[in-house]
Amino acid sequence: MTSNPYQDDRGNKDRSITRPAATHMGDPVKPGGSAVRVEGENPFLIGHEMTGGYGTGADILHACTIAVEPGEIAVIVGPNGAGKSTAMKAVFGMLNLRDGHVLLDGEDISALSPQARVGKGMGFVPQTSNIFTSLTVEENLEMGAFIRRDDISPTMEQVYTLFPILKDKRHQAAGELSGGQRQQVAVGRALMTQPKVLMLDEPTAGVSPIVMDELFDRIIEVARTGIPILMVEQNARQALEIADKGYVLVQGRNAYTGTGKELLADPDVRKSFLGG
Amino acid sequence: MDFLNALVALLNFVIIPATAYGAQLALGALGVTLIYGILRFSNFAHGDTMAFGAMVTILVTWGLQAAGVSLGPLPTALLALPVGILATGLLLIGTDRVVYRFYRAQKAKPVIFVIASLGVMFIMNGIVRFIIGVDDQRFADGERFIISARNFREITGLDEGLAFRTSQGITIVVAIIAVALLFWFLNRTRTGKSMRAFSDNEDLALLSGINPERVVLYTWLIVAALATTAGVLYGLDKSFKPFTYFQLLLPIFASAIVGGLGNPLGAILGGFLIAFSEVGVTYAFRKVVSYLAPEGWEPEGLLQLLSTDYKFAVSFGILLIVLLFRPTGIMKGKTV
Repeated sequence: MTSNPYQDDRGNKDRSITRPAATHMGDPVKPGGSAVRVEGENPFLIGHEMTGGYGTGADILHACTIAVEPGEIAVIVGPNGAGKSTAMKAVFGMLNLRDGHVLLDGEDISALSPQARVGKGMGFVPQTSNIFTSLTVEENLEMGAFIRRDDISPTMEQVYTLFPILKDKRHQAAGELSGGQRQQVAVGRALMTQPKVLMLDEPTAGVSPIVMDELFDRIIEVARTGIPILMVEQNARQALEIADKGYVLVQGRNAYTGTGKELLADPDVRKSFLGG
Repeated sequence: MDFLNALVALLNFVIIPATAYGAQLALGALGVTLIYGILRFSNFAHGDTMAFGAMVTILVTWGLQAAGVSLGPLPTALLALPVGILATGLLLIGTDRVVYRFYRAQKAKPVIFVIASLGVMFIMNGIVRFIIGVDDQRFADGERFIISARNFREITGLDEGLAFRTSQGITIVVAIIAVALLFWFLNRTRTGKSMRAFSDNEDLALLSGINPERVVLYTWLIVAALATTAGVLYGLDKSFKPFTYFQLLLPIFASAIVGGLGNPLGAILGGFLIAFSEVGVTYAFRKVVSYLAPEGWEPEGLLQLLSTDYKFAVSFGILLIVLLFRPTGIMKGKTV
């Protein structure tokens, strides 16, 4: 699998002496890069013609472009294995880009590590392991705001207003909550940095349809506060209904792009992805 | 009256020594469990880290004693302890810079760290023996007893004496303070919470802007404080001998694993569980039973389950049983 001898632990899985780390980070951009200001009219956040894959592996994305403007909800949909999550990870710097670049608010941030992008105002909610299970809800939110040195209580109040259930459970360990509540904690944690853009990787994965509708309502509320939202969704139909902009990816390429309504009305899109 | 004598004998020979020993094991196991939780490997050099911290403390203690400084009834070693902690902190951070940081940069698998820590163990072991020698060192001074056996007999009029040594009292008090401080730090401070967050979910901690190198630094400093304190308390209570500290690694690991690796509460529980079973199983209960049994029923044998030579077998017996029936340890480990 890997040629690095330090990463070979074949036959050494003894949990009483080592604690395996879960890795979801993909292939993060190394720290140390800097952002470059670029001239001209560009969308608020755009991953422009991104091409790349994990490590030295084959390319997963091929000249894929994703963009979102303030106040908008942009949704990435597509069949399994289309590279939806990969495209979002590429925007967030968790992928080795061989071509293309990522612009945020007039700056080229392609060389920034994911952590530095958080500092620049990107909020990211991973699909799995997106909360600190052993910490309380309130501690989760505090950790979300770790990079901030100012008073975080107003932001925390905002999150509690958005997700009232979290206020009731704020002293409970986040791992004890239900699936939908965990997702609320995850989104709340990302909101604590007061991000300029929020990226959600399948926020409704594994929750019941009722909870899903509620989560979508909350996401619309977040968007109404002016934060642009970029979202990967498995439930294409519902997601496109709330989307201002939709991207249908197929095999790492932009297949169809348009407003949510256009895509829902497009016979090709309907036939291929929405089940008629 | 006989029941009281039995109780006093039990307190004197089992409960007090086991409590002190349990506190020492708990402090050691807390260090092990923190490294496991946060740095994700079992640090085999922990016993020798304790030996190093105790050694520096002993050397400073001797210096203080030679200079005529003392704490009155308390051992001078308490005054030297901060210096020991500082020196051990520097040693651990130095080791991290030279050894572990390289493997972190390589994203090495945890088992590589375990083996590296084995090498570190031998080096630390060598340093300690080289500096202070392999022999027993005594450095306890001040008042020897809080309650001595003779005083106790005179006061209570019981046949059985109860000795409560200063070192035992100090061990228990210092351990309580250290554990309270640690829990306050982990649960109430921003840095402590970030350490727990890092232990819980490394990737998410990174995305939240928590600096892993800083978390690692604080972890080593806390471990240095815990290990040195445990080492000095053990040395005060028994005596300092490098080889004993190397052997202490076994009951300490047993404590941490039994309690649930990565869980600080579990480490404390495990420490006392191991200590009480070790002392309980290897103690000859003849005296206690003689007091309780009716006239003429006194046992002939020693009523000792295992010879003290086998005390390590007790830790491992418990370890095996716990791992068979509750593989995550009593307090469900894995995260801090």
